[in-house]
Amino acid sequence: MGYKTKKRILTVLATLLMVILAVFTLSPFYFMFLSSLKPGTEMLRYGLSFTFDPQISSFKNYEALNTYREGIYWDWYKSSLILMVLQTLIGLFLGSLVGYGLAMYDFKGKNIVITIVLLLMMVPFEILLLPLYQMLIKAKMINSYFGVILPYLVPPFMIFFFRQYCLSLPREMMEAAYMDGCSDFGIFFRIMVPNMIPAYGAMTILSCMNCWNNLLWPLIVLSNDRKFTIPIGMATTITPYGNAYDVLMPGAVMAVVPIVIIYLFAQKTFIAGLTSGAVKG
Amino acid sequence: MQDSMSERTKRSVINHKVVPYLFIAPFIIFFVVVYLYPFFKTIIMSFQRIDGPNHITWIGISNYQKLFKDRNFAQSLMTTLRYAVWDLIILCSVPLIVAVILNSGYVKFPAFFKSVFFIPALTSTIVAGIVFRLAFGTLETSIANRVLALFGQKSQDWLMHPGTANFVLIILTLWRWMGVNVVYYISGLQSIPPELYEAAEIDGASSLQKFFYVTLPGVRPVLIYVITITVLGGFAMFTESVALFTQKYAGGIGRTIVGYMYQVGFYKSNLGMASAVGIVLLVIVFTVNFIQLILMGFFKKEN
Repeated sequence: MGYKTKKRILTVLATLLMVILAVFTLSPFYFMFLSSLKPGTEMLRYGLSFTFDPQISSFKNYEALNTYREGIYWDWYKSSLILMVLQTLIGLFLGSLVGYGLAMYDFKGKNIVITIVLLLMMVPFEILLLPLYQMLIKAKMINSYFGVILPYLVPPFMIFFFRQYCLSLPREMMEAAYMDGCSDFGIFFRIMVPNMIPAYGAMTILSCMNCWNNLLWPLIVLSNDRKFTIPIGMATTITPYGNAYDVLMPGAVMAVVPIVIIYLFAQKTFIAGLTSGAVKG
Repeated sequence: MQDSMSERTKRSVINHKVVPYLFIAPFIIFFVVVYLYPFFKTIIMSFQRIDGPNHITWIGISNYQKLFKDRNFAQSLMTTLRYAVWDLIILCSVPLIVAVILNSGYVKFPAFFKSVFFIPALTSTIVAGIVFRLAFGTLETSIANRVLALFGQKSQDWLMHPGTANFVLIILTLWRWMGVNVVYYISGLQSIPPELYEAAEIDGASSLQKFFYVTLPGVRPVLIYVITITVLGGFAMFTESVALFTQKYAGGIGRTIVGYMYQVGFYKSNLGMASAVGIVLLVIVFTVNFIQLILMGFFKKEN
């Protein structure tokens, strides 16, 4: 067997394997969309089905999202979006500020701080929930958005990432600005922030992903079901009994939309940024 | 003139002692409030019985003793352990193989596949779990059972038995996280200098030898990172089990350590006991990761 034939066979086999994996990866979305068009009773009787049946399929279920318990689904949607924007903006700002400080300055205790940041990335956050919950009760912050984002204000993984990124930027840039009489914070806002845009892109997606998927902590903090996020609402309020699939399935499809849009916008910077952090780590 | 100059230098020196701390101040405050204080509080609470803000009794290690006698805890521990081990095996190896294939040059449109594999990570686990719960449903017409029927096997109650339940959990996790780990591994693979492969080829190394002697050592830093976060994610798993089993955990199937902690702390309001569960979880995660880092030679100096 010649080298060329062997190469061609390997190409076909490898690509075929990836196609099979891609089908496996995308099939849940296919089933999700197909089911969102069918009456919920279908799901109860037959489960998911491979086939599109035009006789019973329609977009009527999507209208049910507006009417189900006076449109509570859209309240959850709003909650999820508000939390995602707040948590991400604050995290990006504070994470980059601290990461920059750790990368650019030498000061006493710096190595201890860096070690703490690394260590925190290995602590299961779940074990801190109970005291944090008590703290929120005392501070009367139960059921508030601020309570939900409190543990994510300065995310350690962002500090680590922004520090790595700043280390790769030329120091001369900052020194030149300093010579020109620019203040330390002026350097950060006017020179570093514009230069860290790729890092901001990567961290935006990662933060949005974490926030959009977060279940345990928001579940503990939020008690009013109108303030629930989509995951809490779907996990606790809509039970898969009765006809709830009418709401669950279109709700699931709509829940995928915003995060995929963000991903498509920042995809290039994201993959590049994410990997630069991982290799050096 | 001389005076004002020295004055200026002095000010900038003082500035440079204070300014760095201004930059990292948000983290210090955050660390103390969100991590340090709650951490010590959890340890303290694990030795207490808390019947209300003003009814706190010290009970020594009694919470831990009760915990280790509790059959539900033992069951949750087993569920978590089984999941974490399989999670570690599957989630570290499958994405590595996929990354090697994608990076081999034999696959057409590798960037496209990389993006496709990443998409599940963008969904919420709860949302994806709805589909998986149906796909692995009890009905004979559920997708998993139809696949079994193709091979002449009998239908399964997938989510009702610990073994098959764990299998579904792993499938859900692999589906959701494979793309993320593939991205990490590919970045590691691309950092390996091609000369190493050329040298190995000249020495007459087989593909398998190249994988074990060039590829694996080359991705070691990334591998350590992936293992560390997989250990953490595996032992602290909660969302996936809620997605598949809801919070009721019929018969305790699918209830993990964190799920148990949540039930004890928030349904039974036994904060002391729940804190003890948290401390056990912390000890497990730290021990496993420490052993892992030693085995992987993380503390060894590069030669």
